[in-house]
Amino acid sequence: MIWLDTLVQGVMLGGLYALFAAGLSLVFGIMRLVNLAHGDLIVLGAYLILGIGTATGLNPFLAAALALPVMFAFGWLLQTALLNRVLGDDILPPLLVTFGLSVVIQNVLLQSMTADSRKLPVGPVESASLPLGPVTVGVMPLLTFGSAIVVILALNWLFYHTALGRAFRATSDDPVTAQLMGIRPRRIFAIATGIALVVATIAALYLGARANFDPSIGPARLLYAFEAVIIGGLGSLWGTLAGGMVIGVAQAFGAALNPEWQILAGHIAFVAVLLVRPRGLFPRAND
Amino acid sequence: MRTLVTLAIGLVLLTAMALVPVLGPRILVQDLFKVLCLLVLALNWNLLAGFAGLVSVGQQAFVGVGAYVMFATTILWGMDPLAGVLIGGVVAMALSVPVAFFAFRLNGAYFAIGTWAVADIARLSFGQWRALGGGTGTALPRDATREMLGVGAVRDLLGVSPAAAIDAVTYWLALALAAVMLLACWLFLRSRMGLGLQAVRDNPVAAQSVGVDPTRLKALVFLLTAFATGLCGALLFIQTGRITPDAAFSVIDWTAFVIFIVVIGGIGTLPGPIVGVLVFYALQQLLADYGTVYLIALGLIGIAIMLFARRGLWGGLIHRIGYDPLPLGHAAPRPPHPTQEERP
Repeated sequence: MIWLDTLVQGVMLGGLYALFAAGLSLVFGIMRLVNLAHGDLIVLGAYLILGIGTATGLNPFLAAALALPVMFAFGWLLQTALLNRVLGDDILPPLLVTFGLSVVIQNVLLQSMTADSRKLPVGPVESASLPLGPVTVGVMPLLTFGSAIVVILALNWLFYHTALGRAFRATSDDPVTAQLMGIRPRRIFAIATGIALVVATIAALYLGARANFDPSIGPARLLYAFEAVIIGGLGSLWGTLAGGMVIGVAQAFGAALNPEWQILAGHIAFVAVLLVRPRGLFPRAND
Repeated sequence: MRTLVTLAIGLVLLTAMALVPVLGPRILVQDLFKVLCLLVLALNWNLLAGFAGLVSVGQQAFVGVGAYVMFATTILWGMDPLAGVLIGGVVAMALSVPVAFFAFRLNGAYFAIGTWAVADIARLSFGQWRALGGGTGTALPRDATREMLGVGAVRDLLGVSPAAAIDAVTYWLALALAAVMLLACWLFLRSRMGLGLQAVRDNPVAAQSVGVDPTRLKALVFLLTAFATGLCGALLFIQTGRITPDAAFSVIDWTAFVIFIVVIGGIGTLPGPIVGVLVFYALQQLLADYGTVYLIALGLIGIAIMLFARRGLWGGLIHRIGYDPLPLGHAAPRPPHPTQEERP
């Protein structure tokens, strides 16, 4: 029964990693941009939620709702002012610019917020749990997992049932032809990064509610998120959810064997999947 | 001709640098040691990313492995730390073989993340090595470094304390490693293989059509840089004297700094890392009193370079003045004119 419990905890954790990864997967799928600052942007989102919550006295869930448009605008601005300038055939400039951004965000947060670890005060829901058949599941992990499903459903709907999604797919497949149809790739990219940061803010809410955070934890979250994206396969959002669950379940079982093996088990699962399937579990695009 | 001029200037600089432990204060020796080690790491990363197109974010794996193996040979098997440095380099290279088999299946960004994950696996695995202190790390025994090869001789020669003698010996080794690395890079890049590598970077299809095997060349560069990175890592931690998994496998210290140094100096140029490491050192000294502000400055400069001067400081300068004192190409063959001076 302990193993079933571990499995369920792992799947729930996988939901959180899928939330970390969904924004990354979106940006990566549309413009082949590897955003190495994604983890730090999530941490930035968590501080923003904390700041809004402290200033207005609102519950973190409401504060996060207020943070969403701010982060969308920030993402739009980031893409327009910075990232659009370095996109191209050469993958090095975007990698290095986002790496620089990661270091800058981390250290600006360190200077302004100190290295103290913080937590989002979500109230009594934090310790509440539900008996689900043979196992008991915390309400927060369940909420996290549910949000991950909702976010991925929403992104899929956006992708396949709206004009914006059509523009996303067209730009991803062939930016030149898309331009002939009156689509401006740079605008599309700016909206995509804005949406990615909206998802990052939702991820930040659950990150901050689940455990302590401080300015330095971004890169590790980025690593888990990227592993989830790569395991899932480029361009497949459901694949990203599956990838997150692979990492989450591996980490949960690793931790059950020995607390020191948690992170290690996740990385080893990543390497193992890639050794068997170098393009991930559900690759969509052919690159 | 100009190679000779560059070589002569290089020798003068090398001699001046070699005299620092004799004439300069100890703090300068320690600072320059770090700078030289970062230069070695930067030269290696430049070879990987700037010439072989392998953008690795996992070079800290080889720094850490070199350092840990040196500690293991010294503490567990009672060997001389300098022998440990050599073994550390060899083990790092040996480990790069399976890493290459895994990471070379991944392209571009996947490669960057794959190497990073591997480095994190190495960090967590070495954190399990109880004999070397597990996650909290351990220190080198005092006697081991004091009785290290050459330390006694330097002590007698300069009449300094054992600690200063250790600093001097590690400094000279780092200087030698940097000089050898620079020369080896230059010779390698002008060799048949190096030219093949640059051809692959500039146009992979054309390079393959004239018989260059990109995978073999890239694998060779990956192995050799792992060796040099391992050596440098082991040397770094002799001087530090203490090791923890987080310090030995630090992505910020051994990869992020290095990437910025190379980018600021000029990626894909040989002197770029030297310029970059000088900028890095200057920033660190200038902003020493303001905590992590120099990191913010470093990140912003790196971003600005990528936006406005992608060749970096050195590459931009060469492009502007049109004179390269350290050319990597060869002059095109000309019909023999014995009286005409050779010009590029």
